[in-house]
Amino acid sequence: MAANAVLSPTAKRRPVSWGNPLTYALALAVAAVSITPVVYVIIGGFRTTPQIVANPAGLPDPWVWDNYARVLSQSNFWRQVFNSAVVSLGTTIGVVVLGVCAAFVLARYTFRGREVLYTFFTLGLLFPAGAAILPLYLMLRDLNLINSYYAVILPQVAFALPLTIVILRPFLTAIPRELEDAAAIDGTGRLGFLWRILLPLSRPALVTVGILAFVTSWNAFLLPLLVLGDASLHTLPLGVQNFSSQYTSDTAGILAFTSLAMLPALIFFTFAEKQIVGGLQGAVKG
Amino acid sequence: MTSINPTLDPAGGASAPPAGPRPARRSSARAAETRRKWYEIIGLTTPAVIVYVMFVLVPMGFAFYYSLFRWRGVGPPTDYVGFDNYVLAFQDPIFLDALRNNAIIVFGSLLIQGPIALGVALLLNRHFRGRTVFRLLAFVPYVLAEVTVGIMWKLLLSDAGTVNAMLESLGLGSVVQAWLADLDLVIWTLLAILTWKYVGFAIILLLAGLSNVPQELNEAAAIDGASWWQIQRHVTLPLLGPTIRIWMFLSMIGSLQVFDVIWVTSVPAVRSLGASATMATYMVDNGFFARLWGYGNAVAVILFAISFVAAVLFQRFLLRRDIEGAITRKAN
Repeated sequence: MAANAVLSPTAKRRPVSWGNPLTYALALAVAAVSITPVVYVIIGGFRTTPQIVANPAGLPDPWVWDNYARVLSQSNFWRQVFNSAVVSLGTTIGVVVLGVCAAFVLARYTFRGREVLYTFFTLGLLFPAGAAILPLYLMLRDLNLINSYYAVILPQVAFALPLTIVILRPFLTAIPRELEDAAAIDGTGRLGFLWRILLPLSRPALVTVGILAFVTSWNAFLLPLLVLGDASLHTLPLGVQNFSSQYTSDTAGILAFTSLAMLPALIFFTFAEKQIVGGLQGAVKG
Repeated sequence: MTSINPTLDPAGGASAPPAGPRPARRSSARAAETRRKWYEIIGLTTPAVIVYVMFVLVPMGFAFYYSLFRWRGVGPPTDYVGFDNYVLAFQDPIFLDALRNNAIIVFGSLLIQGPIALGVALLLNRHFRGRTVFRLLAFVPYVLAEVTVGIMWKLLLSDAGTVNAMLESLGLGSVVQAWLADLDLVIWTLLAILTWKYVGFAIILLLAGLSNVPQELNEAAAIDGASWWQIQRHVTLPLLGPTIRIWMFLSMIGSLQVFDVIWVTSVPAVRSLGASATMATYMVDNGFFARLWGYGNAVAVILFAISFVAAVLFQRFLLRRDIEGAITRKAN
């Protein structure tokens, strides 16, 4: 639909500066489709359940803060935020550290079997985390890790590694060899070179990889659902899901809880958007 | 699922820098140097290899082993049934429904999201004031957690929910539906929700791809008198080919294992009738919640096998030029 409009005949002749009104109209339409439901949920949190039942599509009248206040004063909510933060940060640190070490070797060492090792890691892109969930649960159970943060962090690190290595390796390879030689002449070993020169230079790639791991982990549902039975360990997605199925009649409360659960990801992404698109540029090079 | 792409330059042998300085030295010094190099290689890669093997590869091996037993998950599996679990799965109409639903989601996502994302990406790649804000807004659905998206749409689409109320107030009472309860309709409703959620991912990838298209090409074409549309059609689109194929690949793999949104949005009763089941929800329902561990693992293996075959076929016929060895090249 949008595509058709873009190619309307007016487009002829003036490639760049053309058609601001049409461009804006289309962009506004896209934005509206994207955020109307979200805005509705956020505003709905300011209404009471009777208001919503009486008129599902109306505006708050009067605006009530009670729903948000209720959720925010619940210790459960904060507990879940804390759990999500621990799991996501743990995953991010794990992925970045292990990924950088492996990608560094794959990028800057020459040795027999290097390409085999790389292919071995890239194979992981074909193993969907979803398919492995049942045996993963059984294994974590046998390792006595069920109901611990590790049960979520370790598998998430493992499944994020292939992509991380695939993104990081070209970045680390691209850094000129002269820098490494110069470091060697100054008496810096390869590890010193990694720490003092390579890592600072590849910060954009590291940030991209870290953000992807963090957001994926923050939003994860299936793995925590299976391995975190203990309510005190529940992450935010589990908390939202439980709240909505426990208090089905409290529509306003559900809307408020859902809005608050959305907030961290939205804020985080707002600050990181440029970085993500920029970091992906290398990854989608033809 | 947030993931990107397997394209990258496999950093083929020639372009990789040789390791370490190598001035002429006595052979014992060189041997020590080589030994040190190997210590570093092993020390740096071992943690990643262990975690990866243990939590990605080993479980898939176990899945196959468990799938050969009738097993409730208590004690070691002993009741060996061969491939009976696989036969059972393909005889269960609910599982066949799940397969059909996955097919609808795979092809529906490609056919609907592709053109929309391309249009939006071309639009948001134009230079205009406020572009950054519009980009951010277009990405919002993709950033939200699957669970929050599911709950949100579940509320909006319930029988007495907002969507139906708005339709009523617009005088479209005849369009009002039981969006999530009508057995014939629910999978299409879910497809629409998934489209809303994931089209942003395609847009992100395409915008990243578009920013790699050299501006000079567009300018040269414009000087030659090409219209904006001609430039997109003959210059930009062909250069976007690799990005589009990578998105198709990731979308396909994601659609085959889709779980979260379906699980949260659809009513369990509707799911258990097959109307809104996918392979992954079927697997979790039967394996984890009904404690049919042997059977559930058989479904896991089927899900994996289908994803694997689809990935390899896709790679063979479409992606070959883009990945060139990253995934299925024979290691030599």
